[in-house]
Amino acid sequence: MLEKALIGDRKYWTWVGFLVLLIGVGGFYYLQQLDYGLGITGMSRNVSWALYIAQFTFLVGVAASAVMVVLPYYLHHYKAFGKITILGEFLAVASVFMCVTFIIVDLGQPARAFNVLLYPTPSSILFWDMVVLSGYLLLNILIGWTVLASEKKSISPPRWVKPLIYLSIPWAISIHTVTAFIYAGLPGRSFWLTAIMAPRFLGSAFASGPALLILLCFILRKFTRFDAGKEAIQALAKIVTYALIASIFFVLMEIFTVFYSQVPEHMQYFQYLFVGLHGHYALVPWMWAAVILAAIALVLLMNPRARQNETLLAMACAAVFFSLWIEKGLGLVVTGFIPSPLEKITEYYPTGPEVAITVGVWAMGLLILTGLYKVALAVKAETEEGSSRSSAT
Amino acid sequence: MKVSRRTLLKIAGISLMGGGVRPALEALGAGESSKIVASPNRLVGKRWAMAIDTKKCPPGCHDCIDACHREHNVPDFGNPKDEVKWIWNEPFKDVFPAQEYRYIDEGRKEKPVLVLCNHCDNPPCVRVCPTQATFKRKEDGIVMMDYHRCIGCRFCMAGCPYGARSMNFRDPRPFIKKINPQFPTRTKGVVEKCNFCEERLARGLIPACVEACKEKALVFGDLENPAADIRKLLKAQLTLRRRPELGTQPQIYYIV
Repeated sequence: MLEKALIGDRKYWTWVGFLVLLIGVGGFYYLQQLDYGLGITGMSRNVSWALYIAQFTFLVGVAASAVMVVLPYYLHHYKAFGKITILGEFLAVASVFMCVTFIIVDLGQPARAFNVLLYPTPSSILFWDMVVLSGYLLLNILIGWTVLASEKKSISPPRWVKPLIYLSIPWAISIHTVTAFIYAGLPGRSFWLTAIMAPRFLGSAFASGPALLILLCFILRKFTRFDAGKEAIQALAKIVTYALIASIFFVLMEIFTVFYSQVPEHMQYFQYLFVGLHGHYALVPWMWAAVILAAIALVLLMNPRARQNETLLAMACAAVFFSLWIEKGLGLVVTGFIPSPLEKITEYYPTGPEVAITVGVWAMGLLILTGLYKVALAVKAETEEGSSRSSAT
Repeated sequence: MKVSRRTLLKIAGISLMGGGVRPALEALGAGESSKIVASPNRLVGKRWAMAIDTKKCPPGCHDCIDACHREHNVPDFGNPKDEVKWIWNEPFKDVFPAQEYRYIDEGRKEKPVLVLCNHCDNPPCVRVCPTQATFKRKEDGIVMMDYHRCIGCRFCMAGCPYGARSMNFRDPRPFIKKINPQFPTRTKGVVEKCNFCEERLARGLIPACVEACKEKALVFGDLENPAADIRKLLKAQLTLRRRPELGTQPQIYYIV
């Protein structure tokens, strides 16, 4: 089936070429990073995790959100999702691949990465994250590919896939829960030390992931003959709406606890994010942009007529995606370090090479996604043609 | 004497065993001669700890810092972004933020206080490390690093509530003023911190910072030994520890 990714028109190859170019640029700067060290990035002694780890955290959410199409389709036999389930699964594959790559580019000694396997350490959440992420990657590749191969042959999928599909549902929840535990279990990092971290992660994941899936369906409809169907898109839009509400609700709960209790150590991070701390404001415009985008998206999505208007829906989905990307992919990680345990405010600004490497990894993920979607849509087009021909005779 | 082919082969085999295989095994570390023998002079303790009498610290003095950084080949990058440090001074208000209040004496508020790894009894850095590259030594409680195992994920830096850890964001070697051949230099991409001078304890020496302090402001000793000076000091004086409420059980005690 993989050969279908190698057949495409000019537009397809231009897109692939563009992604390969971005990967090349990222790769060039990654070689420089390998040579010079992580000092090539904007990270510092005080802000020791930043853009790379934040992308990883955000993308774990996108990966986990595949469960939002898998669960209704396989557990509740919601037929409208039949066409897009494979898109959700392959989006998860590409996202987990990006997650792992972001972890690797963030390592100071990437050649030693396998020490995590050589000296397995169950007390470390990073060890468990490796376990759940690699498991989730395998599950989604296996399920997606097997179901698609059966579809190609117009037979029902083998029986052994069903238990794996059921397993993939709690597994999706686990990847984002474990990723939240990386942060939520650290004493002295009060911004992250909150039990609502995992629910918040899941809430924002189930909004941003399906929002991206809706946008992808619109793009596919524009450039290919694939149509996800109005019902599937509208059902996804409802999922985005509820998840966005939950996500905003969780953030407000956090803000209540922090500011009503008036504990300075808990307040200072939110002050840094939204009003600035002791004259340091680097993230303030970003966070307010996220708030405004979320507010616009909420108004549009809660209004059924706006939600059914596909132009407005696309705008709302883009707003959700960027708002939550700012919240998680920019604000969440860096702010945990500001101020430092010794009360120092060190602001973080990514460097050019760091941004190029980040864009390169995103391009790598998009390339994988493009290839997988190409295969999936080619198979779907073939079987549809076949069935329409057989019904004509 | 006529040597049969069979005997010749036997002799050849035996000499190979002795002359060839054994050195090869030794080179691999399997030979008896390569075993590390503990020095009979080594300092032995069950729970090493340090007390710092901040009242004795003369203003502007950094003898202990220089001694430590010289001893351990700590680089000087000359910028706070890449900075690597094992022991250094911070204003009192930042070391003990909970002790700061409106009417605190300005001098006390800004008074430099030494900070270093707390060698916690319950160290979060050890808990979070995915490779056990940082670990607590069972026999004496020192929190140590294996620079050859560290993958540079910096989870320990996020986990440490004291900011005691430094990452080698670049190759440190060109930035070491004078290399001390007694202690390894590090490579780029690994984390490091104070090791309570375990390499000196093994040779029967007290930590370099303690030795360098002319004012005897630093007291190092075994808390499990009731006769140790540090135990007497903790009994006689009220001491502060950094953020004890976190349950990390830090082992640096401050007299203020």
